Amino acid sequence: MAAGVLVYTEYADGTFKKSALEAVSEGRRLADSLGTELTAVVFGPGTADEAAQLGTFGADHVLVAEDDALADFTGDVFTDTLFKIVKKHQPQIILAAATVSTKELMARLAARLNTGLAMECSQLHLGDDGLVATRALYGGKVIADVAVRGLPAIAVLRPNVSAIVETPREASLEMVAAADRMRTRVTGKRMEKGDQVELTEADFVCSGGRGMGGDDFSLIEALAATLGGAVGASRNAVDEGWRPVSDQVGQTGKVVAPKIYFACGISGAIQHLAGIRSSDVIVAINKDPDAPIFKVADYGIVGDLFEVVPAITEEIKKS
Amino acid sequence: MDIIVLVKQVPETESLLELDTDRGLVNTDNVKWIVNPYDEYAIEEALQIKENNSDAKVTVLSVGPKRSETALRTALAMGADEALLIDDPAAEGGDALATARLLVAALKEMPYDLIIAGMRAVDNDGYQVPAAVAEYLDIPLITTVTKVTLTEGKIVTEQTVEGGILEITGNLPLIITTQKGINLPRYASLPNIMKAKKKPLVKKTLADLDVNTGQVGNAAAMTVTVSVGYPPEREPGIIIEGESPAEKAAKLVQFLREKAKVR
Repeated sequence: MAAGVLVYTEYADGTFKKSALEAVSEGRRLADSLGTELTAVVFGPGTADEAAQLGTFGADHVLVAEDDALADFTGDVFTDTLFKIVKKHQPQIILAAATVSTKELMARLAARLNTGLAMECSQLHLGDDGLVATRALYGGKVIADVAVRGLPAIAVLRPNVSAIVETPREASLEMVAAADRMRTRVTGKRMEKGDQVELTEADFVCSGGRGMGGDDFSLIEALAATLGGAVGASRNAVDEGWRPVSDQVGQTGKVVAPKIYFACGISGAIQHLAGIRSSDVIVAINKDPDAPIFKVADYGIVGDLFEVVPAITEEIKKS
Repeated sequence: MDIIVLVKQVPETESLLELDTDRGLVNTDNVKWIVNPYDEYAIEEALQIKENNSDAKVTVLSVGPKRSETALRTALAMGADEALLIDDPAAEGGDALATARLLVAALKEMPYDLIIAGMRAVDNDGYQVPAAVAEYLDIPLITTVTKVTLTEGKIVTEQTVEGGILEITGNLPLIITTQKGINLPRYASLPNIMKAKKKPLVKKTLADLDVNTGQVGNAAAMTVTVSVGYPPEREPGIIIEGESPAEKAAKLVQFLREKAKVR
């Protein structure tokens, strides 16, 4: 009989991502509603000590696989190991926070289990027939509630939509053996951003658009650095080659949900708005008073971003 | 070398979408249909590989109703060699797993060395079909690929992940999914559009494939849309006035600290 909530808690670059802890907290909330237990699953060499701390965020049990084969994500060994765990523990619900790796992992797992999967959800609740997930369709133009069938029902959560809540308890720790099939291998790595905040997890995002006029985003970077936030870009800026694709915010880029989103020199095309809709506060700075962005911004400044943005940075530094 | 590209026809992102809130459905009667933008990267990548491999053949494969033929003709016009459409009313309302089953039923009947799919379909954004195809065919999967290098049965890819790029290597046969930035899809020239009309576009139904109706369509779906709605509109806020950028900036930061309760 399937019971319990299982959270795949991604460990990468020496830490748990903020979104992974959000997923654990959300798992705790669902487990409480179901009157059942929460198990966190962690993969990676040397992760056992930190994994044990997940009791802070509500995990009753933690399962850890520490094999070197799990140092970097490859589909086979991660899917095979998680599949073994799921077959043994028979959870009712599986959660994970959305990243490139977890989306691949959960999609393969759902197919192997022939079960329902709701990808990039903004909300979860328990209906009469089980898990119901809220997610966006058609690039954010439609919001749908989706009943997730099958056992386990799987949901992958957007970053920044659940709160990290501490509900501390002593979590039991069990070591699990990893599977060993690896048909693909990581043969190289170029990690570029260092300790910069990931766009989709950032509390503050400062984005530049066509109004930047070129690839010098130093003003935007300075504002982001002052806030401890991330730098984003509109599709125009990316298509011009000024910023990498990974910085693109919008319908065909990343969906962000920061406390404050600064749109600098961004006109506010519908496909961009789709990516920033979940921001708490939108600030727009644009020379053009008729730019559509002003219709959705909470605060707008009509002016030259090359003067306004540094002025904002200075003002924030003052406190 | 046989390259298969999985293609989906989707509504153009600027299309007006009407909602049938009673039935929890999106009305797509009046939309403009296009090739899923991420599948255009997949088609282009296949064509670039073909240009470097004289014996390579590119087949495009889709599950969808008759209108999907247009998407396949576009792929043929770009330079694909053959197209196959799986079209059966029994498949309507099927979920990602059902779509994958249909694709796999067709794939099992053709030679393939490399299968290329778009990373995501911009209508449903499920990211599930390529992964399910990998599972059902029991071949490896590499997602979110921004660069491909092929050497003697081996594929070396660059995968864009949070914070950087991973180089992932595997052996064919294998399925990859394409991310924006991998290439710039070509436009089909008018002569190529004319040539495409003569290229083979085969249509198959469930009866032609080793799939039973119990595995596809609405009844088998593991995710079911319960309700649909539009996202809440954001109300316009205020334009901050001031004599100078510094003054406006000061007012903004004051608002952010007081009203928005942020730093």
